[in-house]
Amino acid sequence: MENLLQDYLPVLVFAGMAAALALILLLSAIVIAVRNPDPEKVSAYECGFNAFDDSRMKFDVRFYLVAILFIIFDLEVAFLFPWAVSLSNISDTAFWSMMVFLGVLTIGFAYEWKKGALEWA
Amino acid sequence: MITFAFYLFAITVCLSGIMVVMARHPVHSVLWLILAFISAAGLFILLSAEFVAMLLIIVYVGAVAVLFLFVVMMLDVDFGSLKSQLVRYVPVGGLIALILLAVLAIAFGDWQSADDALAMRAVPVEPGVQNTPGIGMVLYDQYILPFQVSGLILLVAMIGAITLTMRHRRDIKRQDVLAQMHRDPAKAMQLRDVKPGQGL
Repeated sequence: MENLLQDYLPVLVFAGMAAALALILLLSAIVIAVRNPDPEKVSAYECGFNAFDDSRMKFDVRFYLVAILFIIFDLEVAFLFPWAVSLSNISDTAFWSMMVFLGVLTIGFAYEWKKGALEWA
Repeated sequence: MITFAFYLFAITVCLSGIMVVMARHPVHSVLWLILAFISAAGLFILLSAEFVAMLLIIVYVGAVAVLFLFVVMMLDVDFGSLKSQLVRYVPVGGLIALILLAVLAIAFGDWQSADDALAMRAVPVEPGVQNTPGIGMVLYDQYILPFQVSGLILLVAMIGAITLTMRHRRDIKRQDVLAQMHRDPAKAMQLRDVKPGQGL
């Protein structure tokens, strides 16, 4: 059990480096940057105008369609990982069952291509 | 050391779960939710379920949380009024929390499992095999039916999402690659000799 944690030491080092780099960037911005706050700096420019409305509004459902299709193919790839890792040991049934799985999802892919769901507008 | 890591991840999950509810800005709530997912992935690694941990990060943090962020940032919902009704939901939420706490207390306090129950827990993966290759060894032939059914469910989700949300706009110009490539410059323009005072 103890060598489980040793196996993940590189991940810990990586996370520590990432956190340290983020902290350095934040702190250096605080220390080095010149700060001179002024209410005029955040107001609308001379030739601009104040915001009419909130940025939250009704928007096209197509954005969600792209995101949902991405999640579906993400899950398909998730099924591929264990198959690929143990590819040299699995039986023929296992190999061809993955081919059937990919075939089923290829039907879906062909459907969405044909329907134009991947086209914008 | 394992115990320390367990408590670190467990406390992070609980705290970030509380912060998901309490954060004032909904985008911050989603960021706390991502922290909760990542700590839960750490807990799965401590259970030596590495594949589930990686899936939690790839699928939940990579895809689902991004979809949540998308919804929260762009949807026209007044979160201020939702937050002001928080007090209304405290009794129901407290009741559910109490029931869950009671169930956990029973399970860990005074639960006698049958003698052969522990041996009967399904462990199809042989011990000593790593998690991901172990799943790969059994999922695709021993559990072929659930595997194929999950493929069909993904297909149904795909077709359902497309039929629910697709509508073609007819008032815009589209690209037609073949027609555009076969366009002949000689035929693209017509020259007409217009007589004065007559027009076309």
